[in-house]
Amino acid sequence: MSTFDFEKPIAELEEQLEKAQQIAEKGKVDMSASIKELEDNILKTKKEVYKNLTGWQKVQISRHPDRPYTLDYIKGIFDDFVELHGDRNVKDDLAMVGGIGSIEGKTYFIVGQQKGRNTKQRQMRNFGMANPEGYRKALRLFKLAEKFNKPIVTFIDTPGASPGLEAEERGQGEAIARNLLEMSKLKVPVICFIIGEGASGGALGIGVGDRVYMLEYTWYSVISPESCSSILWRSWDYKEKAADALNLTADDMLKNGLVDGIVKEPLGGAHNNPEEIFANVKKEIKKATKELRTLEPHDLMMQRIDKFSNMGVFNEEATA
Amino acid sequence: MSWFKRVKEGISTSTKDKKVTPDGLWYKCGRCKKATLTSDHVANQYVCTHCNYHHKIGSREYFEILFDENSGKELYAHIVSGDPLEFTDTKPYTDRIVESQKKSGLEDAVRVAHGKINGLPLVVACMDFSFIGGSMGSVVGEKIGRAIDYGREHKIPVLVISKSGGARMMEAAFSLMQMAKTSAKIALLGEEGIPYISLMTDPTTGGVTASFAMLGDFNIAEPEALIGFAGPRVIKETIGKDLPKGFQSSEFLLEHGFLDFIVDRTELKTKLTTLIQLLTEKKARQKKEVEA
Repeated sequence: MSTFDFEKPIAELEEQLEKAQQIAEKGKVDMSASIKELEDNILKTKKEVYKNLTGWQKVQISRHPDRPYTLDYIKGIFDDFVELHGDRNVKDDLAMVGGIGSIEGKTYFIVGQQKGRNTKQRQMRNFGMANPEGYRKALRLFKLAEKFNKPIVTFIDTPGASPGLEAEERGQGEAIARNLLEMSKLKVPVICFIIGEGASGGALGIGVGDRVYMLEYTWYSVISPESCSSILWRSWDYKEKAADALNLTADDMLKNGLVDGIVKEPLGGAHNNPEEIFANVKKEIKKATKELRTLEPHDLMMQRIDKFSNMGVFNEEATA
Repeated sequence: MSWFKRVKEGISTSTKDKKVTPDGLWYKCGRCKKATLTSDHVANQYVCTHCNYHHKIGSREYFEILFDENSGKELYAHIVSGDPLEFTDTKPYTDRIVESQKKSGLEDAVRVAHGKINGLPLVVACMDFSFIGGSMGSVVGEKIGRAIDYGREHKIPVLVISKSGGARMMEAAFSLMQMAKTSAKIALLGEEGIPYISLMTDPTTGGVTASFAMLGDFNIAEPEALIGFAGPRVIKETIGKDLPKGFQSSEFLLEHGFLDFIVDRTELKTKLTTLIQLLTEKKARQKKEVEA
């Protein structure tokens, strides 16, 4: 498991613990007291470290290679998942997955960006950067959900929409724009979760939801801290500063009224206990669906449109 | 050894003896480098008479070109930027705003006006590139949203003229959400069956392309404008190759099916009039009347 700089104190203690356990196994000395002490110490340090994370450190955790990805969440939360492929126009985009599944007998349509675990998979999934056909596949599934009156769950985890020749030829801008328009009009509940990276239009392209939740150690903004640093400071070295300036953490986003809630992650991040995060997300899906299903379809749509229409901070001077 | 030796260094004409060319008498085309009388250039709507290069212009010029004389009236002029994140990079965002306002004489990167084009009512939101690269923050999102609402309330067609580098980073996720906001407003306009025309001009990129610019019932563009989602530099770095000639130009987008047509600026008013006339079945004023 890879460790970040800020996790070093924990890693050191864990190393000591391992040594103590080895000595204990060899039998001669009774180590139980010091093992207990070390375990307590690790827990305490972990709590301390994860309580005080900076924006940039959360960005790092959001990209941890062991974090659960969309298909893990689907498998961990939904029963009888059937994956559905293709946009019916060009091809099947493997960076965007989708399908149909159920929670306690209730059917959902599910869509999300998918990253890969190893080099081969990462290439196949294009690092979770969808092409226009990915956004159009998502839209096709949203429309199907509406047709069959089923709620929609999306899992957002992308470093951005794919920038490339083919993406531009096939209208990346149009594909994302169309999703924003169509998602705002959907007559069924839309529940979105940022489970890792929420980068810009590529994330928002499946993110116009009645409820948008961020997992505790994720980020969501208009640009990644690295790119922001390179554009505004003209250097890659200001990513920590950029991460702070962008207010991109779940806490910041909730405070600014741009997301609706935060889902608590297990201590040390989702990858430390996937079952726990799946359970937490599942709980939110059930709760949100129940609440949103009480609304008339038209009211549901208008409430969603109003929510996004009210986002923005400006001053209006009195007209003369 | 040279035969001629320079006696005095530098320019020796004193400032008071310098011959002055009146400023702005001639316009030199940025592309073909040929000169045109400025008055001719303006009369040709800032399009080069030699090579048809569409010089970048702002909302003031577009309003002048489009609206019948004295018919245009600005709306929502007093909406100005906040600084929700107290954003500072190499300088504070609030300073950038003030500087841009002084330099450009504008409040923000978009202006809205309603008026008549050849007698037909139209509401226009026009972006200004001279204000922080035409970037979209909360003010741009709000004003475009209101322009669309104005069209919906008064049942008149909406035209948005885009010219933007994309989202305004200094408003981070607030600017991102303007994409959802403007798109949702267009959805509502569409429900009422009111036409929305999107004119893309050089350049239209990023979050503007990925929201209201691409959502027109009619997507049109000026010739040879740069239109795309990702910027050319980013794509070049990603693919590690030079981009093909004409990539992300209006002509490229037309060829790939993302534009209804390309329109010369000098034809813009006529073509829009025809389009709106066909859609609303209202009769425009005859050309003679307009000229009279």
